[in-house]
Amino acid sequence: MLKELNKHKVLYLMTLPAMLLLLVFSYFPMAGIIIAFKDFNLSTGIFRSSWAHPIYENFQYFFTSSNWVRVTRNTILLNLLFIAVGTFLNVALAILFNEIRSVWFKRVSQSLTLLPYFISWIVVGVFAYNILSYEHGMLSELLVRWGFDKIDWYSRPMAWPFIIAIIFVWKSIGYNSIIYLATLMGIDNTLYESARIDGATKFRQIIHITIPMLRPTIIVLTLLGIGHIMNSDFGMFYSLVGDNSQIYSTVDVIDTFVFRSLKGAGDMGMAAAANFYQSVLAFVLVYISNRLARKYESDAALF
Amino acid sequence: MKISTSFSWGQAFLNLIVTLIALFCVIPFIIILSSSMTREMDILTSGYNLFPKNIDFAAYQYLFQRMSVILNGYKVTSLVTVIGTIASLAITAMIAYPLSLRRLKYRNFISAYVLLTMLFSGGMVPWYIICVKYLHLHNNMAALILPSMVNGFNVFLMRSYFSSIPEEMHESAKIDGSGEFRTLISIILPLSTPVFASVGLFIALGYWNDWWLGLMLIDKVELQPLQLLLRTIISNVDYLANSSVLATTADQMMPRESIKMAATMITIGPIIFLYPFLQKYFVKGLMLGAIKG
Repeated sequence: MLKELNKHKVLYLMTLPAMLLLLVFSYFPMAGIIIAFKDFNLSTGIFRSSWAHPIYENFQYFFTSSNWVRVTRNTILLNLLFIAVGTFLNVALAILFNEIRSVWFKRVSQSLTLLPYFISWIVVGVFAYNILSYEHGMLSELLVRWGFDKIDWYSRPMAWPFIIAIIFVWKSIGYNSIIYLATLMGIDNTLYESARIDGATKFRQIIHITIPMLRPTIIVLTLLGIGHIMNSDFGMFYSLVGDNSQIYSTVDVIDTFVFRSLKGAGDMGMAAAANFYQSVLAFVLVYISNRLARKYESDAALF
Repeated sequence: MKISTSFSWGQAFLNLIVTLIALFCVIPFIIILSSSMTREMDILTSGYNLFPKNIDFAAYQYLFQRMSVILNGYKVTSLVTVIGTIASLAITAMIAYPLSLRRLKYRNFISAYVLLTMLFSGGMVPWYIICVKYLHLHNNMAALILPSMVNGFNVFLMRSYFSSIPEEMHESAKIDGSGEFRTLISIILPLSTPVFASVGLFIALGYWNDWWLGLMLIDKVELQPLQLLLRTIISNVDYLANSSVLATTADQMMPRESIKMAATMITIGPIIFLYPFLQKYFVKGLMLGAIKG
């Protein structure tokens, strides 16, 4: 081993900075999840804090409040909604793009749909406020103009899963449709030509050639999406929902709950227990989804 | 592909639908732009609109008079983006290159080491404690750069691009007596400009738009990145008035709503401006990642 290291000394040294950064910012936190079992104190640190007494004390805390049910349910249901709606629309848009004949129109419209991906969730939060705010929001204005009553969206929890799903699609559709489009562009054109000669309509070509060709990509991306359910997009929820507790019942997720316990309430025990719970569930989901992905498409799984 | 010049209802319908989707994506940007140039009175009486009734630049004027706050945000974010992107590109290339060499015996181990960080995470709480307690990143500008410097996705994207360069190219350099570093810089780098452009763009965009690191680790106002500053301005416009030495009676009549929109425009301005030039590399990088990953 030493011989190999010595032989390619420079090459191994080159990997060192990145390896160190990953060690510090990824592997140390993985080891650090043991704080869930500790009576943690910032001044004594992770390893020197004493063990909680009883060892599951923090979890007692977390599981007796009804919050954990709410955040788990919201995290899973919202992400499944995003995956379902997102996949359907992303594939649809990719197919539409693929059928467009005018090159410049395709380029321009693709640029426009990708634009939202380039801005931060904070800015998206401003956009949402612009459209939804009760006093001056554009939607309020339109409702009044058309003779309806204004709706105070920010106090209507039931509307938010759909509002966030729409915003999610808005931000990601351009990006994700490109990934499907990359697959579509790899399809052998002769398939379409022979279908045309057989008299297949455009619609039938899409049903019988395009969609089956996309199937592996769809399955794999969906499974990987499911693997990431527990690490839902913190930025999205934080900037759209923020401190608005009126809509927590439907859109408070594990991430935002952990964040509030950590930074807002400063409740380290609760934060650590929720964090451990999230990491373990995430681990299980990633593991299962990758196994399934490998079953369908051996190249696509990450391990 | 055959390009048909004849009019077809199918194509017309298709273009119509795609136009609507594109509009759906762009309209929020237009509302912001329009609101930032609308007279405050118009917003108060008839809300945010797609087109301004009366064009008015009072909000921008107000912001430019109190530019120091926003300029400072710009300074922090630009510095972080430039340093972060260069350092991150260098470090990513330095690990991706050895990983692309078949002759390196332990490259699979290193790949697995990188891969694991993409799959599993210890979560926000231990990460926060390590940054604050052990690395002393609290209120430290390095906090905005270091944690997101290495990303597995970028490493693998670069590695797969490097792998497509035939190893004989390196061998010929070796015979000429060049070291590994020289090979990377003078042979691999010039052959890989597309992947450097794409990955560099991913990284730069990440740094420019980041506010999570600032939210977690920065409390000092002077160190706040632009995005976080925008959040502060949105939730409390009066912050601008209070922080200004010029606080005058004008501050009491400041165009609150349109200022928020103007501040947003100033934040996304550089991205919108550069977007047409950068977009190409971004799409290329994505396609590369989609096909190889």
